[in-house]
Amino acid sequence: MQFTIEVGRYNPEGTYAPQASRAESYPPPWDKSPPRRYQTYTVELPAHAVVLDALIAIREYQDDSLAVRCACRSAICGSCAMWINGHANLACKSKLAEFTKDGKTRVESPPSMPVIRDLVGEMAPFWEKHRKVKPWLDAKEPVPGAREEYRVDNAAMEELIQEVSCISCGACLMDCESYAVNSNFLGPQALAQAYRYAADPRDAGTRDRLREYSGPGGVWDCTHCYECVTQCPKGVAPLEQILKLRRMAVDAGFTNNPGTRHADAFADSVKHSGRLNELTLLPKSIGFLNIIEQLKSLPAAINMARAGKLPPLIHRAIPGVQRIKTIFNRVGGRLK
Amino acid sequence: MKVAFYPGCVSKGACPELYTSAKLIAEPLGIELEELTEAPCTGAGVLSEQNPDLADSLNGLTLAMAESKGADLMTICSTCQGVLSDVNFHLKQDEGRREKVNSTIGDQGFRYEGKAQVKHLLWMLFEDVGIERIEGAIKHKLTGLKIAPFYGCYILRPAEWLGLNERPERKTYLERLIALLGAEPVEYRGATKCCGFPMLTFNRDKSLAMAGNHIVEAKDKGADLLVTPCPLCHLNLDGQQPDAARVLKRTIDVPIFHLPQLLGLAFGYSPEELRLDRHVVPTATALQKVELKV
Repeated sequence: MQFTIEVGRYNPEGTYAPQASRAESYPPPWDKSPPRRYQTYTVELPAHAVVLDALIAIREYQDDSLAVRCACRSAICGSCAMWINGHANLACKSKLAEFTKDGKTRVESPPSMPVIRDLVGEMAPFWEKHRKVKPWLDAKEPVPGAREEYRVDNAAMEELIQEVSCISCGACLMDCESYAVNSNFLGPQALAQAYRYAADPRDAGTRDRLREYSGPGGVWDCTHCYECVTQCPKGVAPLEQILKLRRMAVDAGFTNNPGTRHADAFADSVKHSGRLNELTLLPKSIGFLNIIEQLKSLPAAINMARAGKLPPLIHRAIPGVQRIKTIFNRVGGRLK
Repeated sequence: MKVAFYPGCVSKGACPELYTSAKLIAEPLGIELEELTEAPCTGAGVLSEQNPDLADSLNGLTLAMAESKGADLMTICSTCQGVLSDVNFHLKQDEGRREKVNSTIGDQGFRYEGKAQVKHLLWMLFEDVGIERIEGAIKHKLTGLKIAPFYGCYILRPAEWLGLNERPERKTYLERLIALLGAEPVEYRGATKCCGFPMLTFNRDKSLAMAGNHIVEAKDKGADLLVTPCPLCHLNLDGQQPDAARVLKRTIDVPIFHLPQLLGLAFGYSPEELRLDRHVVPTATALQKVELKV
């Protein structure tokens, strides 16, 4: 079967084949990323071929100047994550037939990461984040002796299987919406690993970890967009692990942050009126004593009021609100 | 066709123009709205974050209310759609969770059985109302307008909960609708991205940069306006747009329409009836292109 591949080429020397076409620059926030030149190749491969088969065929038989990073070719090593039609995927796991759109498949190094050459992205920012969450166990007392081992509940380890499946390919970070505008954000991969260690019964550092992840760049900087859940090739579902970390941090008492105040104000409003009180949610979340942040949100509030978009000043409860209160009282919540 | 109408908190709070316009366009579409006035807030993913059982029970109650009316539940908010789809998907699959919900809400006169589907108005347009009926209701084609779709995360992700693996066409309805109404859909990356609203209270500048970037991308591709099926996206894209412009240090000035407002214009309702004069970013320049005024 014949497949057409449009490959995003980049090299720091700026030398490109004459047939490589210039492309428009990436949309913001990636407009500073060097625009790739797109070079089109046609390859003959079986119908079940994956994107990586095509890239290797191009490199081996058509153009040995093409730089590709890959190793295991079976979705275990995590080397070949790249943008395929504008989303991060493993080239070795993405079937060409499924990704062919308008007769071709576009492959490039994601503009969300620095690029070294062609399809080889610079993974240093990714590893730096991974290192920051201390991806190792801080041995809990009593530490087993030389010929002993920790005994752990089977269920406790089963809870961590999902996170252990991570192959550090970086696909989640490449497509992370928060990271795109906030390079300080630890990101989905590092935080999923953070949960893996924080929730491990053998770890002594859980409290310190949760304190750190509750700060800037931590769990509250996630925008909850589910891109990482969609793009992870191994089913790690990083967002779900970030939400578990938020719960653990709040339970451990790290509540002096807008994230917790927001959740508390939200729950309080729903419990007492059945619905959201938008008028008080924002100021309560920011914290009444945080004057600077309060002032920052003021112009938008004035704009909304001017347009007649201010929520009703008297917040009315929905009919039958008693039912909602009963449910809250039965199920509980963080708010007692 | 009767639906159990779930308007969501924001359409009754900071985006009253959404509620008003949704009620207006229901009639020409042949949708009979039976509003779930006693249904609680979905929790928007925030309540489930702190207590998943609480979100199961509140949303299980809402779904049971729709079941008791013998109708499917219709949302007009991508976020409500996402949370209710999530709970409906998991309660249907997991007997333990289902029983927990029913033991909590049982004596309140409701029982969740998983009979009601949760459908956003956008989906109902193509799956229940039908293209012919929409075309029949058009009185004023929106020819000449270039419109950028903005879906909102929770109507797109995760695909499994939203039934997008069975119905991948749901990812293209906005573009199809824009074309159907006579306008030209703008293709741009931001269409399926996050507006930043969930982060607004935690990390304001980054949230606004996110919103601003998508609007700027659409504007650079020639968009006269953005249309969204999500009022939370609308709050960030319209309500916060002047602040987003300050963060990005450039002018934006692109009006943001709610999905029912766009339909309403094509169905011949006046911009005032649709409350297009009650936005933070003025809608006048876009409306002039189709010879309408506010």
